[in-house]
Amino acid sequence: MNKAVVTVVGQDKPGIIAGVAANLAQHQVNILDVSQTIMDDIFTMSMLVNLTQLDKQFNLLQDDLNALGEKLGVEIHTQREEIFKAMQQV
Amino acid sequence: MDTSQIKETINMVAEEHLDIRTITMGISLLDTIDSDPKMAAKKIYNKITHYAKDLVQVADQIEREYGIPITNKRISVTPIALIAGNTSAEDMLYYAHALDDAAKAVGVDFIGGYSALVQKGFNNGDLALIHSIPKALTETDLVMSSINIGSTKAGINLDAIKLMGETITEVSTLSNTATAKLVVFANAVEDNPFMAGAFHGVSEPDVVINVGVSGPGVVKRTLEKVKQQPIHIVSETIKKTAFKITRVGQMVGALAAERLGVEFGIVDLSLAPTPARGDSVAEVLEEIGLEQVGTHGTTAALMLLNDAVKKGGVMASQRVGGLSGAFIPLSEDAGMIDAAQEGTLSLSKLEAMTSVCSVGLDMIAIPGDTPATTISAMIADEAAIGVQNNKTTAVRILPAVGKSVGEMVDYGGLLGTSPVMPVINKSSADFVNRGGHIPAPIHSFKN
Repeated sequence: MNKAVVTVVGQDKPGIIAGVAANLAQHQVNILDVSQTIMDDIFTMSMLVNLTQLDKQFNLLQDDLNALGEKLGVEIHTQREEIFKAMQQV
Repeated sequence: MDTSQIKETINMVAEEHLDIRTITMGISLLDTIDSDPKMAAKKIYNKITHYAKDLVQVADQIEREYGIPITNKRISVTPIALIAGNTSAEDMLYYAHALDDAAKAVGVDFIGGYSALVQKGFNNGDLALIHSIPKALTETDLVMSSINIGSTKAGINLDAIKLMGETITEVSTLSNTATAKLVVFANAVEDNPFMAGAFHGVSEPDVVINVGVSGPGVVKRTLEKVKQQPIHIVSETIKKTAFKITRVGQMVGALAAERLGVEFGIVDLSLAPTPARGDSVAEVLEEIGLEQVGTHGTTAALMLLNDAVKKGGVMASQRVGGLSGAFIPLSEDAGMIDAAQEGTLSLSKLEAMTSVCSVGLDMIAIPGDTPATTISAMIADEAAIGVQNNKTTAVRILPAVGKSVGEMVDYGGLLGTSPVMPVINKSSADFVNRGGHIPAPIHSFKN
């Protein structure tokens, strides 16, 4: 399974999770795990998603999420999972 | 996966300047040898543009998918003196231009390997190449040159050192910045991905991907969490951080090699600074407890840093190589520049530091009227440190014509700016002019 980590950081407001989830659904990307919290009014979320269905269109998904991030006023990173595993797990 | 770990990884890139400093494709040119320099140049151009045509695109795509900046894409080739063994100095320029044109065609940042290995003596190609360096480096943009003048096994070629002092001086009279593209080595390594010293050794495979990782900012940030703790805690902390940084290099290198369909060579786990604040080796040393780099204790702190980086990195990578350690290029490190300007960091202290780190006197501007024999003597000192201690040392010293001590020289981009450093004004000419060969040290006879 090809997985990616989507992280969202920014000023909290209604509709961030809904926006990101809807965008992922449009791309046929399944959410495997979500962790979300508010720290000092700053919304932070990391999602583990399954990319297998759209692996060839990674760039499209990333562009869409970047555009969404701009609209919502938050920063969205979309990175393949392996970099986190490589660094944090032996 | 733990959210705090995800956050840590993202912060390393976003705030602490973690980057893959370079993906360097090593390409053997042994099969392009031709008695006609024009024909050889054509074959060289064709081979490089064939294998490296996707290098930049693959690196950019990896950068995008994994969110890790890949700062430079580079190529290293077989030392040209070996390829052009039967060529005149004038005709050498065909080779230099072929490298430059190929590098521009595939869009890489630099190409290294305009090199000769003369630690024990010269052959025809070596001399032709060295004599062509001033023109080659000023007529091309991306070509980097390195000359190896000593090794622990072979000793030190003082004739070559004399010639290189003169060559560096000649380059500086043509251009104040082209000197940054020329480095003189002792114990040069064959799989180094960093410039200006990268070349593709003759024992390397036909085409290979080597990776250089960097992250002094990350090391500094983690050391901020262990203030006032004993020094072995500092060492442990650096080891852990170096491990994480190197893992990224290992992953990216393996991935790039796979996507390009070539062999993966080595990870060079070097802490290489850039002129940006927060990406400085000097700041790491200062975090260990020095008021400013260059003061007493600097050599000890650097020894610990260099050693801990190696220990942390070795286990993280399948195959470690290159220079692997801490780099101390003056012009590329904001903290070093500050210390040099304030007089805390001297050329003599830098020389001492090179005995415990992975390179040598690097990117240091000196007065343009420094005698060539003094530059040669600096090279001899560095070579002596490397040869005697079984390590790589290098000299990339930059005579700045028309500039005096304290003035700044700008080398552009990642090469940064250096203040002109004072040089001792007593002559070394009679020593250098002796010529000949300094024998290999006794401990090199291990057979």
